[in-house]
This record gives sequence, C-alpha cells and structure tokens, in this order.
Amino acid sequence: MATRLVMIYSRFERFWHWTQMALIMLLMFSGFGMRGLHDLLPFDKAVMLHTVAALALVLLWLFAIFWHLTTGNWRHYVPSTRGLLAVVRFYAWGNLKGERHPYRKAYWRKHNAPQALTYLGLKLVLFPAVWLSGIAYLGYPLWDHLGGASGALSWVALVHVIAAFAILAFVIIHVYLLTLGGPLREHVAPMINGFDKVDLSAEEEAYLQRDEPGHIR
Amino acid sequence: MKLKFSCLGWIAAGLLLLAPLVLATAAGGSADAPSVTADHSKFEVLQKPFANGPEVTKACLSCHTEASRQVMKTLHWSWSFEHPQTGQQLGKRKVVNAFCGTVASNEPRCTSCHAGYDWVDMNQPPPDDENKVDCLVCHDTTGTYKKWPTAAGHPLYEPKQQGGKLHLPPDLNKVAQNVGMPGRGNCGSCHFYGGGADNVKHGDLSSALVSPNHGIDVHMDKDGLDFSCTACHVSHGHQWAGSRYAVHASDPEGTGKPGLRRDVATCESCHGTAPHPNGSLKGIKLNGHVDRIACQTCHIPTFAKGGVATKTRWDWSTAGKLRDGKPYHEEGYVQGDGKHLHTYMSKKGDFEYGEDVVPYYAWFDGQVEYTLPDDKIDPQQVVEINHFEGSADDPDARIWPFKRMLGRQAYDSVNNTLVYSHVWGPDTDSAFWSNFDWHKAISAGMQAAGQPFSGEYGFVDTHMYWPITHMVAPKNEALACDSCHAKDGRLEGVEGVYLPGRDRHGWLDRIALIAIGLLLLGIGVHVLVRILFGKRGEH
Repeated sequence: MATRLVMIYSRFERFWHWTQMALIMLLMFSGFGMRGLHDLLPFDKAVMLHTVAALALVLLWLFAIFWHLTTGNWRHYVPSTRGLLAVVRFYAWGNLKGERHPYRKAYWRKHNAPQALTYLGLKLVLFPAVWLSGIAYLGYPLWDHLGGASGALSWVALVHVIAAFAILAFVIIHVYLLTLGGPLREHVAPMINGFDKVDLSAEEEAYLQRDEPGHIR
Repeated sequence: MKLKFSCLGWIAAGLLLLAPLVLATAAGGSADAPSVTADHSKFEVLQKPFANGPEVTKACLSCHTEASRQVMKTLHWSWSFEHPQTGQQLGKRKVVNAFCGTVASNEPRCTSCHAGYDWVDMNQPPPDDENKVDCLVCHDTTGTYKKWPTAAGHPLYEPKQQGGKLHLPPDLNKVAQNVGMPGRGNCGSCHFYGGGADNVKHGDLSSALVSPNHGIDVHMDKDGLDFSCTACHVSHGHQWAGSRYAVHASDPEGTGKPGLRRDVATCESCHGTAPHPNGSLKGIKLNGHVDRIACQTCHIPTFAKGGVATKTRWDWSTAGKLRDGKPYHEEGYVQGDGKHLHTYMSKKGDFEYGEDVVPYYAWFDGQVEYTLPDDKIDPQQVVEINHFEGSADDPDARIWPFKRMLGRQAYDSVNNTLVYSHVWGPDTDSAFWSNFDWHKAISAGMQAAGQPFSGEYGFVDTHMYWPITHMVAPKNEALACDSCHAKDGRLEGVEGVYLPGRDRHGWLDRIALIAIGLLLLGIGVHVLVRILFGKRGEH
C-alpha cells in the first residue's frame, strides 16, 4: 500500500466542474435578479443570460451524463456506508481538535461516504428538479394553451426556486468544507491539476506506472 | 430542360414586372397613383352649380348607382348595432356615454357627424332617401368641405358670422370635381372630434394624426408609410373593418394569402401571428407573448401624443354655475401644442385632461357591453358605462390597453337608471346649455327617447373604457420587459397570470433567505469555534 499523487480528476471532469460552477453562478445571479432579490440587471438581460446559461448547462450535462456512463465514473457515486460515521464525526468536531481527515481516497473511490451521498443527491434530486422545472418554464409557450397553465406555471416556478435555494445552500457548504482539515489551496488544487493523494494497492501502483505513467507522480 | 428553363425565365420576368406594383401596393399607394382611371373634373354631371349636399349626392349616384344603398347598410349610417354575442342593441342611437351623454333630443348637433343629411329624430331611422347620404364628407380631397356643427349633417350654404369669425360655405362644385379616396383628414373630421373637440373621446385619435411624424404613429408617419385610415380599416362595399363593440381582441389567423379574408383591421392581419424575428431568443420569447398580450399593450406605451390632450374626467355635477347670472368658463389647461383648454364650463362642468397618458390594462375578449338606460344601476358603486369580459382562462382574451374615462353624470335617483339629457337646443326652454336646469333637461331627454323619468335625479361616478389601438410607437419606444415584469409594473392589477418578476411566493423567499442566513450564521459560529479552540492539524 502506497500513497501517491494520482490523476483522479480527468481533464473533462475538471472542465465540467468549473464550467458548471461558472454557469451556476450566472444562473443564480440572473435568476435571483428576475426574482426581484436584486436589481443589478434589467429583466430582459437577466432572462437572456439565464436562458443562454441554462441551455449551455443542459448541453454540458448531456456530455457529463454520457461521460459518467461510458467511462464508468458513475461508480464513484454509488452510496456506501464505509467510513460514513468517521467522516461525519470529523466534520462535527474532529476537525476542531486538529484531527486528520479520516478518509483515504482509493483509486476507484475518490469521494468519502457523505460526500458521495451528497453528490448523488445533488445529481439525482436537485439538479433534475431545477432542470426539469426550468425546461418546463422555458417551454411555457408550448403548453400555455392548456387549461390552468398559468396556475401550473406558478408551481413550476415554486419548484424551480426551491431547488435554486437548495443549490445555493449546497454551494455555501461545499465551499466552506474546503477550508476544513487542511489549507484551502491544498483542497482546491486537485480540481485544478487533477492530482490528489490516493492510497494505491501494489497492483494499482504497478499498473499506473507501467500503463499510465502520466497519471501518477 | 429547355422548356423548363424558359418557364422559369417567364416566371422571373413576370415577378420582375410585378415587383414594383406589389411594392407600390405594399407602401399603401399614394394619392397621385396613376391607378385612378377617372378625372372627376371632366364629368359633365359635376360641372354645374350645386345648391346643397343632397344635390351633389344625386350627381354622384348617376354613375355610382349602388353607393348610397351600400352606405345605408353600414354603422356609419344606421348608428345602430345589434351585438352578435350579447344581443344588446347598441350604436349611437341608443347608447349613453360618459361625455356629452346621448344623441336623442340633441339631434341636429350630434348628427352633424352622421354620414348623411337631415337626420333630426333618433326615434326614426335615418332618412330613407339615397340622396341624403353624404358622399363628400368622406371623399372630399380639398379639405374645404365641413359639416356645420348644428345643421344635421349639412355644410354651410351661406356665409355665417359666429364667434367673431366669418365662416364661408364650401364651393360644392369644386369639391365635387375633386373627390378621391378618403384621407386621414376625412375620417378625422368626425372621429378626431368626438365628444365635442379634438381628441376628447378616444385619446388615440386626434388632429395630431392628420400629419403625424414617426414618433406619433409609425404607420401614418407623413414622411414614411403615410397610411390612410383605410390602409388598415379595409372596406368592402363601403363596409369597414374594425369595431369598438365587437373587437377582434385576438387574431390567431394572421395574414391572409391572396383571395383570403380582407375584412379585418388587426395588427396580425399584416404582421402575422409571430411578428418578432424568430432568429433570436428575445424574438422567440416575445412571440410567445402574442397569444396573451395584445400588440397594442407594448407598442402603444402612451396615448394622446403629439401635443393634443384627451379628456380624462368630465364632472357634469358642477355644471350650471353662473357668474352674474351668466354662464362662464375657465381655461386652466395648456396642452402640448400651446392651445388652452376649458377646465370648467357652466354648460358642461369640470374637466381634466391628460397627454402621453399611460393606459389602463385589462383582459379583453373583444365583446363590449353597455349599461343602457333600460338597465338598473347601483349608484353606490362606480357605474361602468361599458364593460367587457375576458380573463386569463379565456383563449380569446388578451391583455389590452384602454383609456379609462372618469365621469360623473346624471341618473334617475328613483328608478336608478342612466338618463338621456337634452343639452343642445337654442330654441327650447328645456335645453341645459341654454336654461341650466337639469330637471327640465332630463325630462325633455327622457321624453324624446321614450323613457320613464321619476322626476328625481342625482349624479353618479362612471367609468367608460376605450380600447387603444392607434398612435403606434417606434419599436425602440415599445415597452421593455420590466415595464410589466416588475413589482408595481404596468400590469400590477391584472390577475389570473403568474407573471415572473411581479409575482413571487413571498413566504418561500422569506423562509429560504432565513435558512441561508442561519446557514451562514452557523458557519460563522463554526469559524469562531475553530479560531478560539481549534488546533492546527498536522497534515
């Protein structure tokens, strides 16, 4: 068993992550503007920005879904209880006592248990909720002739906004947790250069050194 | 192959030949278009002196044999309209408005705008005499033919001194030899002056449209498209498209191919049902609005433009005050073009005006119902002189702009009905404008209309709605999205739709913001605990 710096966030995954981050920021900014929570943008500009950003994000998600399925990366998000309590305990008070983060990344398990669960929830609940309600909202002219369409739009908006606030909460927690258990820079770096400390079995280490020498340092 | 090529060649040549014609037609045609095949000054029947209007009409009919019968079938003649949906009997013969009131008992004054001569009794239909149709008021191109205000549709035939000014009769011979298609001034001679003066009634129809610039109306722009009224209000046998009683509030059909309908005056009948460019997101979004928002709502952001004010309030209850036993007036309003307008008249009461007025907005299905003098009113409420149906659930309804006229006018306080009042009549001892006695004026008006009057009267607040459809602004002046998609925007009072930007689930935003606040607070506390008690971990 050796702990090595291994490429675990591929170029596409990093591109996906940061593009998604930028688009979500734009969507939050324009969306809350339309909602009337700030007036930094005129309504029409906000709608255009929101629509373009949303369509770009939908396209990105289509690629990302394809990537998850074809590369097998979906396996990182399969729920697991292994180490769940240890990580929760660490975030609750262990980090205050300067403890070390209990989770060790494995080559095919790069997220700790609560992290994987959170991302799974995000991908299976919040993102679909905001995506489906958003598409229903955007496509309103296609169904506005149906009876009660305007009332239904109010519900669509409700779901969309609840999901948006929940995603905002996720973003806040997501960013804050980066500051726990080590310097922020160290936690952000893997999502920039792709390399993170991973516990490798001898076979994995040998495989990487032999067949993927660029993916291990 | 050769055959095919030559066919294409012919088609191309034909299109090239047709193009200027099509373009000229599309541009609305101009008065000097060579399409006119008759020079009326060359007709012998018109080369003689005419003693009066009906004589001219008789000469017209010697060639245009069916013209009078056509006109006599129209609203311009009958002033009577049976509403196809509601069955209400409407038209000027019947309705009460929030302005001068009613035609009955004031005929010769009001019928100065009848498209004919000598209609002096509203209890009778207009005269059944083809020569009594007034061709000239619509077809005069000299601008000299004017119906005298109190002559039951006739112009002056003798010079007349009035108001310190000498008024000359038109030269009927010259007018008859210079007839043509109606211009804006022809239609405007009545439609711009409804209610007694310029732009009093409609708000979007005033003398500013005789020679408007692009900013006042993009279609009638004298240096641009220069549309006449009939460019949109197309006619068929003297029957015009367009109605305020039964409006095409929504037109899902749009433009017609050749041979299809030409009987509507909607925006869509030229611009189609997807008028914004579909090549942009904004265009697509705007086209998604046209089924619920009338074109006029965004494209006529204000009416009563061009320096001509419209009357916005008329309070009859203050009429009749005299100074030294004599009627008087006050001119407390100066409109944009510098003209002074009455703000009080002993004859008519108090007035208010508006220019560049922001419309009132409401769902409108096009069907207008009137409160007629047969209908009971509730004097405790504002009486809707006319009202209309329409809601978000009605696919035929769209959100329209209106001029909302505020009135305070006489009613029968025992029978609780609106009343006819006899205001004009220099020779009677009951006309309000000469005698200032409401009891006499209402008694005479009700008698003339054959309606019962209890003898008791009061004044009631009224609203009257006028759909706005003229004075279309240049597109860069159309309403912006946040004119409506905002708190306290233009559609603040329009219900039945979820309007993003205006509507939000306030409780949700409050709860969510509190939750986000608590989250940030929790993080703050956590940071504090880390700073105070935390140990730096060894990594």
